[in-house]
Amino acid sequence: MRRSNPRVATLAKRMTPDKVAIRIVGVSHQFGEATEARHVRALRETSLEIARGELLCLIGPSGCGKSTLLNILGGLIAPTAGAVEVFGKRVRGPMPHDIAFVFQENALFPWNTVFENVNLGMVFQGVPRAEREARAKRAIEAVGLQDFPQHYPAQLSGGMRQRAALARALSLETGILLMDEPFGALDEQTRMILGEDLSVLLSRTEKTIVFVTHSLGEATFLADRVAVFSARPGTIKKIVKVDEPHPRRPDFVTSAKFTSIRNELYALLHDEIRKTVAESSVSAAGAHPP
Amino acid sequence: MTPSRDQREARLASRAVQVAFLIALLVLWYLATTRWRVSPLLLPNPVVVLRDFWNILTTGEFIGDLRVTLTELVIAFTIAAGSGLFVGYLVSRSQYCIQVFEPLFAGIYSVPIILFLPLYVLLFGLGPASKIALGATISFFPIALNTIAGFGYVERTLVIAARSMGASDLQLFRFVLLPAALPVILTGMRMGFTVALLSIIGSETIASLAGLGHRIVYLAEGMETAAMFAYIAFVVAIAAILNTLVSALEARGRRRR
Repeated sequence: MRRSNPRVATLAKRMTPDKVAIRIVGVSHQFGEATEARHVRALRETSLEIARGELLCLIGPSGCGKSTLLNILGGLIAPTAGAVEVFGKRVRGPMPHDIAFVFQENALFPWNTVFENVNLGMVFQGVPRAEREARAKRAIEAVGLQDFPQHYPAQLSGGMRQRAALARALSLETGILLMDEPFGALDEQTRMILGEDLSVLLSRTEKTIVFVTHSLGEATFLADRVAVFSARPGTIKKIVKVDEPHPRRPDFVTSAKFTSIRNELYALLHDEIRKTVAESSVSAAGAHPP
Repeated sequence: MTPSRDQREARLASRAVQVAFLIALLVLWYLATTRWRVSPLLLPNPVVVLRDFWNILTTGEFIGDLRVTLTELVIAFTIAAGSGLFVGYLVSRSQYCIQVFEPLFAGIYSVPIILFLPLYVLLFGLGPASKIALGATISFFPIALNTIAGFGYVERTLVIAARSMGASDLQLFRFVLLPAALPVILTGMRMGFTVALLSIIGSETIASLAGLGHRIVYLAEGMETAAMFAYIAFVVAIAAILNTLVSALEARGRRRR
């Protein structure tokens, strides 16, 4: 954490306040009290600024707190220490007008059609009835589901369900989109296509996006910056820039730049994943003595 | 989804076997009373039973008993549904309450509650009140248990997603919790209805002044076995109609949520 602080400080100096969408200041989080068995230190003193219109990927070993950080940004969890500001406002709970979520899976209401799911999100957010239909239609078209508005989630493939979840988030027209491994449960080919479509979609909007992923390739392909987390209790170990304009072309994946960034991320992550695995096997051995 | 042709044919085939089985039973019954000389006091001729059944229907003599039994059923079920839904919802609001009350209710429900009938007769008398009390007691548990299960185990991601989009408490209930819980609750209501019907007619045969169960015992004690069989057939028909009706309502509720 010592190492990351000076860089954040210089970053903060470079950014004028109105260019910052999300400001994370010294955020730590632990689950349970220190005396309890379920006590887990998930996140330690993390600070970061995310610019408007930026796509930031969070990657790190399992349990490093990247999803916890995302939930803190969205006001779903209150951090035990530190604070988050979104567009200059302190986050104290869900901010449906500024922040929309796309979850890993199963976040669509199974008893509602695609159209009803998108519409219901806007009902919750408080969009006037007259506006809802046009906005729902636009969002559904943007993700390429215009032929399936009357389908139920169970009738769609996993990739299409995530498109529908994305449409619901887009229809809310928030400045910020938080995505928690949205393609994590999908097969490699589907997530590749969704990633390409997302890159095209995002280049057309001004949205600020924080995207949690396990996939180095996905992070490199989508992100403007990739924040690499250390092992638990996690904090940002390094930030890697991906200097490539959106929308990114499919052949970006085969370029030397892509490979070198991906390799850099791999090297950064590899040690942390080793640490995590070693620690979990030690604690597993401790929990079940032979 | 419409069933495929193969599925329809398979279902038709099993229906045919079921009908054939029932016909075979009737034939055996008929043979037993005509050829094998089983006493008509124990097993009356099915033709006589059919005639008595027809008499019961045409004279309308069943109406008084049917009204008593149905009134008991409606009141008992209303009490059970009201209290079961209310208590179930309250319990489902906290994990602690679920941990305490769910095993407790399931435990009580596995006891034969009909054992309380003598107590209820002492408390409420031989009239409808004791049947209502028993029916309501038995029917309360499946409704309460399924209400707890329905509201208590809603997918957390759905609740979090709704909250993140700004859903109010009322919206969360109306658009997330209720539709998620409804199928499970409806199943509990159907089960509650069935056990209420069973226990009310059953307790009428044990201690009562009126009702369909009472009528059947009355006829049995008077050795009017043909009429008794006719009444049994009548009760079976009523129960089948009611259960079909309730299942149809359940299916309807599942679709429209």
